Amino acid sequence: MPEKSIYMDNNATTTIDPVVKEAVLKGFDLPGNASSMHGPGRAASAAVERARIQTARLIGADPEEIIFTSGGSESNNTVLNLIYSNMFTENGRNRIITSSIEHPSINETVKVFRNNGVPVTIIGVDSNGKLDMEALRREASKDVAIISIMTANNEIGTIQNVLEAAKIAVSCGALMHTDAVQAAGKIALDVHNLNVDFASISGHKLHAPKGIGALYIRKGLNIEPLIRGGHQEHGLRAGTYNTPGIIGLGAAAEIAYNELTESAGYISNLRDKLRMGIESLIPNVHVNGHPMEVLPGTLNVSFPGAEGESILLYLDMEGISVSTGSACATGSLEPSYVLIETGVGPELAHGSIRFSLGKFNTEEEVAYVLKKLPPVIKRLREMSTL
Amino acid sequence: MSDSFIHDWVYTDTVKDHFMNPRNILQDPDYKEDGKGIVGSMACGDQMLVAIKIESDTIIECKWKTYGCASAIASTSMMSEMAVGMTIAEAYNMTPQMITDKLGGLPQHKFHCSVLGDKALRAAIDDYLERQKRDNPFKAGIAKIICECKGVTDQQIEELVKDGVVKTMEQLQEKTGLGTVCGKCKSKAVDLLDEFLHIYAR
Repeated sequence: MPEKSIYMDNNATTTIDPVVKEAVLKGFDLPGNASSMHGPGRAASAAVERARIQTARLIGADPEEIIFTSGGSESNNTVLNLIYSNMFTENGRNRIITSSIEHPSINETVKVFRNNGVPVTIIGVDSNGKLDMEALRREASKDVAIISIMTANNEIGTIQNVLEAAKIAVSCGALMHTDAVQAAGKIALDVHNLNVDFASISGHKLHAPKGIGALYIRKGLNIEPLIRGGHQEHGLRAGTYNTPGIIGLGAAAEIAYNELTESAGYISNLRDKLRMGIESLIPNVHVNGHPMEVLPGTLNVSFPGAEGESILLYLDMEGISVSTGSACATGSLEPSYVLIETGVGPELAHGSIRFSLGKFNTEEEVAYVLKKLPPVIKRLREMSTL
Repeated sequence: MSDSFIHDWVYTDTVKDHFMNPRNILQDPDYKEDGKGIVGSMACGDQMLVAIKIESDTIIECKWKTYGCASAIASTSMMSEMAVGMTIAEAYNMTPQMITDKLGGLPQHKFHCSVLGDKALRAAIDDYLERQKRDNPFKAGIAKIICECKGVTDQQIEELVKDGVVKTMEQLQEKTGLGTVCGKCKSKAVDLLDEFLHIYAR
């Protein structure tokens, strides 16, 4: 292994916060089924309900509006699957509207729905990754069942105007969902103020364990479950409570809530240093995404003439972990659809690197990356046909 | 750093070695090659340039530049070592499989998109023969790549049409993936498909 280990891939997943880890480990000492009436069951249940309060507070929801899921993808799928439920088949609404840069758990799901005959409208984004709000307004009509717009994008970090999109949803009577997986714990979120009906969050993006997430469902909505066969979560999500995971999400949510302003400031300062460093040390670079309305830790940069997977692997040799929108690293031949949708050409998309910083990154680490990255780019460009 | 670090992950030690220490990179901007070939495109994510020096129809130097992923860099580097000492006839018959075998294997999805070195080498030999104003005896026997992104050759298209598997451009794209990435081969493929349909199907 390289001597250093610098993790700048926090949008992919985060390392667990030691405080969270301790809480999770204690969760294993609560072996009861949280649905059982006996003492061990009640002890587990109390811990689950405490975590529900902590999780709700992070996003401005009431505790009873939170159901625990296995993560962001399940939460997203749960909402989209409502298109087949009675609540819509009865009122004649059958259309889904979403954006062109949603996470694959939205994107791929609506593709399948569309092949099955569900009308789907995809709204495009501008060169900064911002939703075409006028197009959304035009498309919002009486047949729309669900509008799903992500709060912030995982690849470029661009933050959407969910408030405005939710207003449009109200105007046409559609339900509004936001995939807040990348935003929760990084920027202030209040689902009641945003006036959304659903919001998805994921534990492992905010220093909780993998395999735990939540879905906010606005009070009063009578929805059908995705996973049936149990009365857990008011019958909305069957399956024995994942007590340690839920406790972990709760603990992480509480920390994120308490540290939000401080963390966001700290992380965005690191990100800006990294960005300025890259721009001053490396010629011909393109920063992708919105310059201002962007997640604190996300920096997506294209290096023309250097291919993403090669950059990633050379950095990996130096102990630096990042990700790329290059096709080569994903096993497909197409580069990042998010970058392509923002109008970044395939050449730039193939040479894109996403640095995603978190609260555990330091100034020294940024300095180390700024020392190691320029020679990597220089070397790849020297052997490139560009 | 242990050697297994990257091996455990995606690539063999040989690939890693050629990626980290690529051989025969073309560095001299005034390099006087006898033949030069370029294949691939930046839009596809892989592009290779090969420049060769030839004495008595034997390759004595093989220099290259590559824009691409680790396996693209490693496979071009390996190709350049293999090519030196080969006659142009031998070099013309180098296959992606030969390069991949020497590298100790590549992940399946990397095989078609990133091993372009042999094609660039052939293009360089074509260029050499052309500069020499000599007949090219090799060209006819070798399949030509139509879609670089998906590695679809003219011979492949011909077979599919001949066997009645493909009758339309849509079917061809479905069967081979041709033209579904950068799309620049589409018009060439439509022409070729028409040609083969004319010969075999109509």
